[in-house]
Amino acid sequence: MTAGNRILKDRVAHGGMLAMTIVGVLLVAVIAAGLYLKSRAVLDSTSLWTLLCGSEWRPMQGKFGFLPFLAGTLWVTMLSIALALPVSLLTALFLTEYARPVVRKCVFPLLDILAALPSVIYGVWGVLVVVPWISRRLAPLFVDFSTGYTVLAAGIVLGVMVVPLLVSLFIEVFSTIPKELREASLALGATRWQTAWKVVCRKTLPGIMASTVLAISRALGETIAVLMVCGCVIGIPRGVLEPCYPIPALIANNYGEMLSMPLYESALMFAALLLFAVVLVFNLASRIVLNRIGCDNS
Amino acid sequence: MKVSRLKRIRETLAKGMMWCSMLLVFGLLVSVIWTIFSKGMKAMSWDMLLKLPGGGFYIGKEGGFLNAIVGSLYIVGASTLLGLVVSVPVVFFLNVYLKKGSRLAYVARLAFDVLFGVPSIVYGAFGFTVMVYFGLRASLLGGIIVITLLIIPIFIRTMDEATRNFPRDILDASFALGATRWETLKVVVRQIAPGIATAALLSVGRAIGDAASVMFTAGYTDSIPTSLSQPAATLPLAVFFQLSSPIPEVVDRAYAAALVLTVTVLLISIVGRFITTRFSKNKV
Repeated sequence: MTAGNRILKDRVAHGGMLAMTIVGVLLVAVIAAGLYLKSRAVLDSTSLWTLLCGSEWRPMQGKFGFLPFLAGTLWVTMLSIALALPVSLLTALFLTEYARPVVRKCVFPLLDILAALPSVIYGVWGVLVVVPWISRRLAPLFVDFSTGYTVLAAGIVLGVMVVPLLVSLFIEVFSTIPKELREASLALGATRWQTAWKVVCRKTLPGIMASTVLAISRALGETIAVLMVCGCVIGIPRGVLEPCYPIPALIANNYGEMLSMPLYESALMFAALLLFAVVLVFNLASRIVLNRIGCDNS
Repeated sequence: MKVSRLKRIRETLAKGMMWCSMLLVFGLLVSVIWTIFSKGMKAMSWDMLLKLPGGGFYIGKEGGFLNAIVGSLYIVGASTLLGLVVSVPVVFFLNVYLKKGSRLAYVARLAFDVLFGVPSIVYGAFGFTVMVYFGLRASLLGGIIVITLLIIPIFIRTMDEATRNFPRDILDASFALGATRWETLKVVVRQIAPGIATAALLSVGRAIGDAASVMFTAGYTDSIPTSLSQPAATLPLAVFFQLSSPIPEVVDRAYAAALVLTVTVLLISIVGRFITTRFSKNKV
């Protein structure tokens, strides 16, 4: 092979790879554009304000108010993060600040498994364990009757799903703290907990917040597991023991039948666009923060 | 001294809480696995694995979910191969062709991070729109394309992580011998092979378990697809659809399918561990 040939090959490969990378990057824009084009029909017929704040959902009459679904998404996501955050934070602190390497070696594979289980499996677990527990044990203490398919069930299932992600992000964030900082704190007579809480956590606060935002964006889009336990009743939930209907569940449930009505399809695409936009913003913000504080592999 | 006693109490309390949350996390893991195994083992039989749904399957007559197993295998196999073909060059480009601190590399990594975070239902919706645009119906091809899109970010991120710690000296050595960057690919691929394997396993795990994206793009069917344009059943959807059935025999099949899915994911996890510990030893 002549030298010119080899260099040519290298150039061609360079061009090809550059093109592939750019296509990958552009995919974000393409998805956004595609969803926007599809949702234009409903945006033309109804104002953005009515779409987001209206609570009337009558696809047959062309009335699309997303408030019940937005409220459902918000309830479920916030509840799951509220449940998962303390547990994950303590677990991550334990693993980085207290546990011996042996313990870590045993725990990490288990966390991996927890992260790898498909969401439909969590859904089955939710239906078999969480829902009956709520309807038989917990709900009778507060309300007369509950099927168990509630915000709380969705929050618990989603919380369990988010824990491995949060723990691994936190561990990554905590490992950016130099050892000297911990040693300085311990040398001043602080206990391990004081060091963990007042030095490690305080120093990594931006990272902790960014990780939480990332976990929120993951929880927002979770579909099947939530769909299986949320109850899917349209209405704004007034408490954790009421059913709800988050946006991903709405899209998943109505996909098949929507094709007959262009406006309905457009409304569902608008829901997907909304989800995409929120996740995009959350992801960008938290990734930029995480990159800046130096844990770029998380 | 009072202060030091308070300190000690707090220390113990904190430690106790940490142990509790650790135990809670693993209690939940055990609960999930136990639920799936105890329900699934009871329902499991060879018929489930080796038979197609028979007539009257959905009212509790005989049959299995071979259609879902084969459908999942087709989709996962094809999309993992496609994903590999697309992402190896991208990772290589980011790490070898571009200089450290390159603006494009930063933007590209950020974009793939974002794509990684995009919910699978959005991929499903987007994929479905594109399919409708091209006049495709729910089919094996649609499922493969959407799952490929879904796992490319995972591939790229995982391999990128493995490649980023790649010793610069080896590249320099290869260049010094007169190799072009393209030819250096061989050296890099050999070095990051365990990383590629781990990435592939991770993607397989994600691809096999994702239901929301294939729901509309691959559809569901009782037979094994014989061409790319036919719909294909998948395991997660088999679980999802059959679990909501009022007939106990059908629900049992959902449990059995869930067991198959869980065992697959567990095996993948174990093999992945094995590869990383075994093959990372003799890396330079």
